[in-house]
Amino acid sequence: MAGPMKMRATLAGGNTEVRVLMTHPMTTAQSGQPLHFIQNITVKLNGSAVIEAEVSQAVSRNPVFSFRLKGGAKGDKIEVAWLDNKGESNKIETAVA
Amino acid sequence: MNRAFAGILLASLAVCAPAAAQEDVKKEIERYRQMVSEGSPAELFELEGEALWKKPQGPKQVSLEKCDLGVGPGVLKGAYAALPRYFKDADRVMDLETRLLHCMISLQGRSREEATQRVFGNADRPSEMESLSAYVAAQSRGMKMAPGEGHPKEKAAYELGRALYFQRAGSWDFACTSCHGEEGKRIRLQELPVLLKPENARSVVASWPAYRISTSGFITMQWRMNNCYQQMRMPEPAFGSDATVALIHFITVTGKGEIYRGPGNKR
Repeated sequence: MAGPMKMRATLAGGNTEVRVLMTHPMTTAQSGQPLHFIQNITVKLNGSAVIEAEVSQAVSRNPVFSFRLKGGAKGDKIEVAWLDNKGESNKIETAVA
Repeated sequence: MNRAFAGILLASLAVCAPAAAQEDVKKEIERYRQMVSEGSPAELFELEGEALWKKPQGPKQVSLEKCDLGVGPGVLKGAYAALPRYFKDADRVMDLETRLLHCMISLQGRSREEATQRVFGNADRPSEMESLSAYVAAQSRGMKMAPGEGHPKEKAAYELGRALYFQRAGSWDFACTSCHGEEGKRIRLQELPVLLKPENARSVVASWPAYRISTSGFITMQWRMNNCYQQMRMPEPAFGSDATVALIHFITVTGKGEIYRGPGNKR
């Protein structure tokens, strides 16, 4: 089962700043263990996708991503979901504060 | 003549450069720590810890929600900031982890052997103690560190901790002071604070327990004491022993008064 996620979304100067933490081993080929890493990240704003990201193995364990969305308003729903190479996934939703 | 002068100039540059570079490195490390603290994976451990705190476990199948960490059964707010302290029911000074163990035994009916089987985890599988420490400590964020100092046993623990800090022993004849006794010492990039001085102890006390970036794990004060003793080539101290609790108490009292900012981030 996927570990917890945590997300913060705040308005700052007309933009929405989002910071999201994910629990994931992000195991690389170098470790000698089976590859296990997040491949896709999708960000949705009020239900519609605004970012579709592809992620490589070159990201640390328990990664944190931060990004800015243009505009946004208090109460807007932001959803971040990840999918890894084993088909496991997790998502979190938060309202812009 | 000119060449000799150039030689002297080069020599003096060579002397200056490392000092300046070291300052830059320090600044960059500070900047890096700042970035990490704004999105620390320590928060993920807090979430895991909260789930564990509320999970019924042990033969009695109860959670730790009634555990008294010193400010009343189940009260988390400010509990960590007032530890270590004397507990009447156990008649000894306890730090956070020792108290958690006490609750696992007394509330959940678990045996000491079972509950301490795996107190230090790793990145793949954190220990219960680590996640719980993250959760409890986080509830004291923004509060002043004020460990117990009034009870005779608290005074005794402080004195024992201070004595142990200087106690040389083991095959390498090491004491805490061998590394943490002189200003300006470091291992690789890690500065070694002289924990006898409040100005050094304060930031330490305010940031432990912590997420360790290099190992992606969560580290606690009991782990720190255990690992230091291992590095000094001394016998492994028992988890929650009087010795480790006394050292933690001594360091915390030395750094008292600082506002708790943890769980922090370590290299």
